[in-house]
Amino acid sequence: MTNNNPLPPKERMKIPRQRMPEQASAERRVNFAEVNLGLSAALAHQEALRCLHCKSHHCFTGCPVGVKVKDFIELVLAGDFLGAAAKIREDNVLPAVTGRVCPQEEQCEGCCVLGKNGEPLAIGYLERFVADYERQSGRVGLPPRAPLTGKRVAVIGSGPAGLSAAGDLVQRGHEVTVFEALHELGGVLIYGIPEFRLPKDIVRQEVENLTRMGVEFRTNVVVGRTVTVDELLGERGYHAVFIATGAGLPVFLNIPGEHLCGVYSANEFLTRVNLMKANQFPAYDQPIYDCRGKDVAVIGGGNTALDAVRTAVRLGAKTASIAYRRSEVEMPARVEEVKHAREEGVQFVMLTNPTEFLGDDRGWLTGMKCQQMELGAPDKSGRRRPVPRAGSDFVMPVQVAVVAIGNQGNPLVQSATPDLRTNPLGYIEADPDCLKTSKRAVFAGGDIVTGGATVILAMGAGRRAAQAIHDYLSHGTW
Amino acid sequence: MYRIIEARFLAPEVKLFRLEAPDIARKQQAGQFVIVRVHDHGERIPLTIAASDATTVTLIVQGIGKTTRLLNTLEAGDAVRDLVGPLGKPSEIHYYGTAVVIGGGVGTAIAYPTAKALKYAGNRVIAILGARTRDLLILEAEMREFCDEVRVTTDDGSYGVKGLVTDQLEALVNSPTPPDFVLAIGPIPMMRAVAEVTRAPGIQTVVSLNPIMVDGTGMCGGCRVVVDGRSQFACVDGPEFDAHQVDFKILSARNAMYRAAEQQALADLNQHPPELHRCRLADAQPGAVTPP
Ligand SMILES: Cc1cc2nc3c(=O)[nH]c(=O)nc-3n(C[C@H](O)[C@H](O)[C@H](O)COP(=O)(O)OP(=O)(O)OC[C@H]3O[C@@H](n4cnc5c(N)ncnc54)[C@H](O)[C@@H]3O)c2cc1C
Ligand SMILES: Cc1cc2nc3c(=O)[nH]c(=O)nc-3n(C[C@H](O)[C@H](O)[C@H](O)COP(=O)(O)OP(=O)(O)OC[C@H]3O[C@@H](n4cnc5c(N)ncnc54)[C@H](O)[C@@H]3O)c2cc1C
Ligand code: SF4
Ligand code: FES
Repeated sequence: MTNNNPLPPKERMKIPRQRMPEQASAERRVNFAEVNLGLSAALAHQEALRCLHCKSHHCFTGCPVGVKVKDFIELVLAGDFLGAAAKIREDNVLPAVTGRVCPQEEQCEGCCVLGKNGEPLAIGYLERFVADYERQSGRVGLPPRAPLTGKRVAVIGSGPAGLSAAGDLVQRGHEVTVFEALHELGGVLIYGIPEFRLPKDIVRQEVENLTRMGVEFRTNVVVGRTVTVDELLGERGYHAVFIATGAGLPVFLNIPGEHLCGVYSANEFLTRVNLMKANQFPAYDQPIYDCRGKDVAVIGGGNTALDAVRTAVRLGAKTASIAYRRSEVEMPARVEEVKHAREEGVQFVMLTNPTEFLGDDRGWLTGMKCQQMELGAPDKSGRRRPVPRAGSDFVMPVQVAVVAIGNQGNPLVQSATPDLRTNPLGYIEADPDCLKTSKRAVFAGGDIVTGGATVILAMGAGRRAAQAIHDYLSHGTW
Repeated sequence: MYRIIEARFLAPEVKLFRLEAPDIARKQQAGQFVIVRVHDHGERIPLTIAASDATTVTLIVQGIGKTTRLLNTLEAGDAVRDLVGPLGKPSEIHYYGTAVVIGGGVGTAIAYPTAKALKYAGNRVIAILGARTRDLLILEAEMREFCDEVRVTTDDGSYGVKGLVTDQLEALVNSPTPPDFVLAIGPIPMMRAVAEVTRAPGIQTVVSLNPIMVDGTGMCGGCRVVVDGRSQFACVDGPEFDAHQVDFKILSARNAMYRAAEQQALADLNQHPPELHRCRLADAQPGAVTPP
């Protein structure tokens, strides 16, 4: 590829990383609109000029699906934004989503050479820019569909794993039906990640594109209840099944008082707002506990916890805190979310572990008994293990608490499919490369195999599964 | 959209609906429920499948708040936006000997399919149906069709025996042939009272719990109830549980969590005639997604 960068490397390194235009924090605290406003073409060009065009494209290896970062940046420099989008789409079918939610600092940007002495290239911003440009141009290049093969594939779950598998399979000429338990499509992208980080119109547009490519979607179908995997492969006439049901079972702390009114799982808190629009009650019928004037604590340190606490801010909480049992450096959330949360007034109560929820005689939450922690030796994850400090108990007054300490696999499909092997944590066992399960013609991928991970990993799994399913359907050998 | 084939009132504020949902109908077992979303801006509410045939499911709805009242304005030919199921564990049906099935108010509709299944399994089935007053009693004739005995109680004595269902249950428990199994479905105070009657004699008793639900698939944990000191998700681990192990106090408290919002929603609905809402239902676009 030709080098479109007119500047010598030294000059490029003098350009500072472009800042993402965003809603002012005072303004965005009271609305649910997207915080980041996106780069203009001029800013995108300026940022792209910083690319050193390294021979050893580290950025590319940092991306879990190998997006050809350097090549798409070149196209941005040439002003060919649609071409850049198409280049990303060769490896990543959801660029408008991943450009917004990937933990870039650990992936592509984490490997960028510029980051060694300064700030890395803003690859995520640029990915988002070209994807948005493409969407707004109305010229999303839908790939051509291969001649029909007569084979039918059922995809269970419409999260990033299911959607990306469906897209690849339909392109290869297979008939694809996606079954989704909820009434809206998109998985965590719809019910989990809030509008202020990922506008739902983007997800709907992706689904719309797939519909135009010929994917059939069926909402309100709980596989395992409405229909079983065996029925899909039998009387329903599907030749292969891809299970992409995510890690949707909330984990609680199992401490006293967890049943009190005002204690939520992050899944429930976020679902009420994102899927059911409880923030617009009474225009929408589903309520959420009125957080106005309340002290809200969210327990956890991942993206889910940050999403919940920033949602609480927008619901009018008097105070919104993160209670996390390790320290800030160990928090798994994206760096940008932590920064945004802090700007929005979220308090970070670190090295704090709740041991009991306290309530009044009507059964409502009034406080959270906590103990202070200190960091001991590293554990299996490599992070230092938090250990309680003796005699450090204290009570945090809160009226709403949201538990965001992780999810497990939802067992509905597995329990109705006895010959599907699962591991002790309840996740489905699948070959990491071809995603085959213990059951013939059944593949599985995404969070239901790996446990809670990332959008890009789920998408990558969906695409590998599509390839493996295509091979299986073409040759018929298992 | 899921079409309503039949809609008729069984009692004031209690309406029966037959909806077209072949996939759910085929799978339904006694004790299971569906989640319904009436319209585009609607909430998701659980309703028990009272009966099913080859292509339809029957729901019996008591209009107590905004969503159920709104649902009860619908007629045959209308449709609901979303319908998903069958959810929850089916009732455990065994041969016990004598089974007493207690239905309080709309609980009778929820108990109906299980009572029938118990009879089918060879049990002698005695139904005790309770209502505040005669007009509110439902499904008496349907229960009489297969039950060995049906006892009716009303709070005001306008029909059957004046008194509570537990009076009848106590009489049976103290009779020479006490029941071997009791199923009780109705308001929380009723279920709690039944549990107290059968606890001492150690009669196996099952109740169907009605916590507030959202997804109905185990994803949110909002429906958690405390049974035997442990947290359980009623939508996937239930809704039926051992009555003697249920913490009813917690259930009552949790069900009151949204009272203020519910009252506001109902007041809004009463101010704006339901016709308006009907229009919005009609306007709702089916969208790109087709029901199965
Ligand atoms: C609040 C939150 C914030 C996050 N933030 C980020 C982030 O910033 N960056 C990032 O990379 N990752 C983030 N993640 C993680 C990421 O969203 C997930 O890793 C990813 O969505 C997993 O994709 P999936 O397709 O495997 O499953 P999901 O997205 O979970 O989708 C599974 C779908 O299957 C459906 N389903 C389940 N069971 C059945 C059944 N029996 N029948 C039919 N359908 C069924 C579910 O309803 C759901 O729609 C976040 C997760 C959460 C919860
Ligand atoms: C498994 C199950 C089966 C049920 N079967 C039936 C049935 O066959 N017929 C019937 O008439 N009712 C049934 N119910 C109860 C029914 O779901 C509630 O009456 C209904 O949700 C009330 O909604 P509303 O907006 O009309 O009233 P609201 O004013 O919102 O609430 C009135 C009361 O209903 C309960 N409730 C509110 N929202 C929900 C919700 N999302 N989920 C559950 N309960 C809620 C609360 O206790 C509340 O105090 C069942 C409940 C459960 C859990
Ligand atoms: S998909 Fe994610 S990791 Fe890969 S290049 Fe894009 S933003 Fe970076
Ligand atoms: S209703 Fe959400 S887990 Fe039961």
